[in-house]
Amino acid sequence: MTAPTVAVPDTTVAVLEARSLTKHFPVHGSVQGTGRRVARIGRPARVVHAVDDVSLALRASQVTAVVGESGSGKSTVARLLARLTTPTAGDLLLGGRPVPRTQRRHLDYAKTVQMVLQDPFASLNPIRDVYYHLSRPFKVHGLARSAADLDDKIAAVLERVALAPADAYLHKYPHELSGGQRQRVAIARALAVQPRVLLADEPVSMLDVSIRLGVLNLLADLRDREHLAILYITHDIASARYLADTILVMYAGRVVESGPAVQVTDSPAHPYTQLLLSAAPDPVRVTPVTLRGAGAPPSAVAPPSGCRFRMRCPHAMAICAERVPPAFPAGTGHVSACWLLAPDQGKSQHSQQAGHPAGSPPKASAADQAAEPGALDDSIGGLGEEK
Amino acid sequence: MSRQPLLEISGLCADYGQGPAAVHAVTDASLVLHRGEVLGLAGESGSGKSTLAMAATRLLRPPGVITGGEVRLFGADGSVLDMLEADYAILRVLRWSQISLVLQSAMNALNPVLTIRAQLTDALAAHEPHLSRKQRHARAVELLDLVGISSDRLTSHPHELSGGMRQRVMIAMALALRPQVVIMDEPTTALDVVTQREILEELKDLRDQFGFAILFITHDLSLLIEIADSIAVMYAGRLVERAPANALFRAPRHPYTLGLLSSFPPLHGPRAPISGIPGSPPDLRALPSGCVFHPRCQFAFDRCTVDTPPLSAVGARTDRLAACWLQHGDKPVPAELAATEPAETELAANVSGSHPPEADLYTPALGTEEPVQQGSTA
Repeated sequence: MTAPTVAVPDTTVAVLEARSLTKHFPVHGSVQGTGRRVARIGRPARVVHAVDDVSLALRASQVTAVVGESGSGKSTVARLLARLTTPTAGDLLLGGRPVPRTQRRHLDYAKTVQMVLQDPFASLNPIRDVYYHLSRPFKVHGLARSAADLDDKIAAVLERVALAPADAYLHKYPHELSGGQRQRVAIARALAVQPRVLLADEPVSMLDVSIRLGVLNLLADLRDREHLAILYITHDIASARYLADTILVMYAGRVVESGPAVQVTDSPAHPYTQLLLSAAPDPVRVTPVTLRGAGAPPSAVAPPSGCRFRMRCPHAMAICAERVPPAFPAGTGHVSACWLLAPDQGKSQHSQQAGHPAGSPPKASAADQAAEPGALDDSIGGLGEEK
Repeated sequence: MSRQPLLEISGLCADYGQGPAAVHAVTDASLVLHRGEVLGLAGESGSGKSTLAMAATRLLRPPGVITGGEVRLFGADGSVLDMLEADYAILRVLRWSQISLVLQSAMNALNPVLTIRAQLTDALAAHEPHLSRKQRHARAVELLDLVGISSDRLTSHPHELSGGMRQRVMIAMALALRPQVVIMDEPTTALDVVTQREILEELKDLRDQFGFAILFITHDLSLLIEIADSIAVMYAGRLVERAPANALFRAPRHPYTLGLLSSFPPLHGPRAPISGIPGSPPDLRALPSGCVFHPRCQFAFDRCTVDTPPLSAVGARTDRLAACWLQHGDKPVPAELAATEPAETELAANVSGSHPPEADLYTPALGTEEPVQQGSTA
């Protein structure tokens, strides 16, 4: 038995959608699970603003990447989407229908949305073999009719992650596998229940450089072959550009920019994305690096008013401190939460100041964009382009 | 750049354990670090790059054993010292003053219960006992200033500093006695990319200011190409290629280097599938015969499974070495491993920061991909 063939699904409705997800963690003790806050007398309850007002849509046959530094809230987003954490506010929609907030029917949810964690050395039980790890999801979800059926299904799921022949891996323990093989077992475990959404939290950052591509290509394969909707969380914007169809850039708990992967990396509209790209390792860089906006992210307990990047931003204006910037269009399917893009700010100013970060590549030509399957057929309506 | 050697490692071997069960972590490694140079040492985890640094500085702890080779340290006065022969009294004087070390995890490398001042002045007190308390304090302020930290942090404890600041304190400590050689073992790996870049830029300025040489160890070859003058690539305990950074990037001569380069997705140009390297790094306890890379090598042929290729010069160039039978035998060299190197003039132009024609520089050297039509025509 091989992987069931999935009909090409409808990509107009998001498989999993998050609307204005917000997660605040109380700083002082709260009673676990009840959400009741035990504030210190005379002090307002303080919270860590881990995720604020994040909306995203995961579509079938698409990889959505969330890129950000440590502490930007990207892993919290994955945990919220997996319902491992209850959001402070905001809604989840599964196949267009709201997900109830109670955990009562969690197993049904888990059957559709599965997660792969960062460290395959920690996410597999060292005293259990591959067979055990892969038999659990079938047993927990009651998916195997008999012992023989279970064996067949486990072999099939191993083949889906390119661990073949299955017999060679079934009775191996985690320490007998390489990092890449371990991560494939973790992915196989997630695939066992035939989920429609795969949440991958830094799935390759613990792996050796030479085998990362293998796992990334496996994810691309699962997207194309099995039409999975994949969330790829990473700090490495180059790998997001390689794998993802859509990139969301997070900073201090908020999404600052989102759009088609190549467009976001070739014509970044938000000053933070520009900073991130100018700092990323790049062997073909010709100009010396100039970091515009160096420094550290703000405190998540007391984030600055308005735009959270304004303390570091080379273009900060008065309005940035007053109001949180909404998502302004920056091209087809490309938005950026930056006041520089507000229609009344005038594009001329922006194209002079922020259009070309130091050390950034030349803009991709229209031909490049057209040759790129994930980039749709955008003619770049991006910023800083000469009109 | 003057080509005066500061540290010369030749034929260094280091094992973990002894007897037939010993694991050969470093085999026959030879490197030369010149004054003012950044020498990059790239390799995956378990390739022996940290062991090499630890062995060369005599910091390797049991069960690690140095089993052969020479490490010569050249003094400013022309004296030469074999580090592997030196006794501990001499080593104690040399450490910090001639060679210092920056480790990856600044949280673990700094003492959590001592203030930054106590840790910064410790080496000063040990090596320059004539300094007064006041002078040591002044020097500590100066050192923090070098790495862009304000002096009121002197009374902080490590947990009060961010990861980037802790790493900067480590760098300041390493520079306390103006050593000639600074060995940095994954100094920025645990940091965010913006912080990493800030620290690298500072490091470059400090290097220009003081002229020390850096042995920079990392798994991130794409970063190394940007910051290093020359690069050595390690695989399974052996050096497989040594070359100037730009030449290594444009025209790799070893299949492993080629594979490693194509493991980093590019930030520019159209997206094309890239493959990394099939298989996974070998178990050091059961190394393959012949060339250690042959089971993963797309070009391997009979000889590779039998004989170990020596790390020796490719063609007439003395600064380009590769350990591959394709470069040293009578076999025709595959096109991917025979790319033309960038001309010297272009290299010089690149170093001086002027802008060579972009179309040239954006063409990747990797033969597995289609030639890139660059957007400079847009």
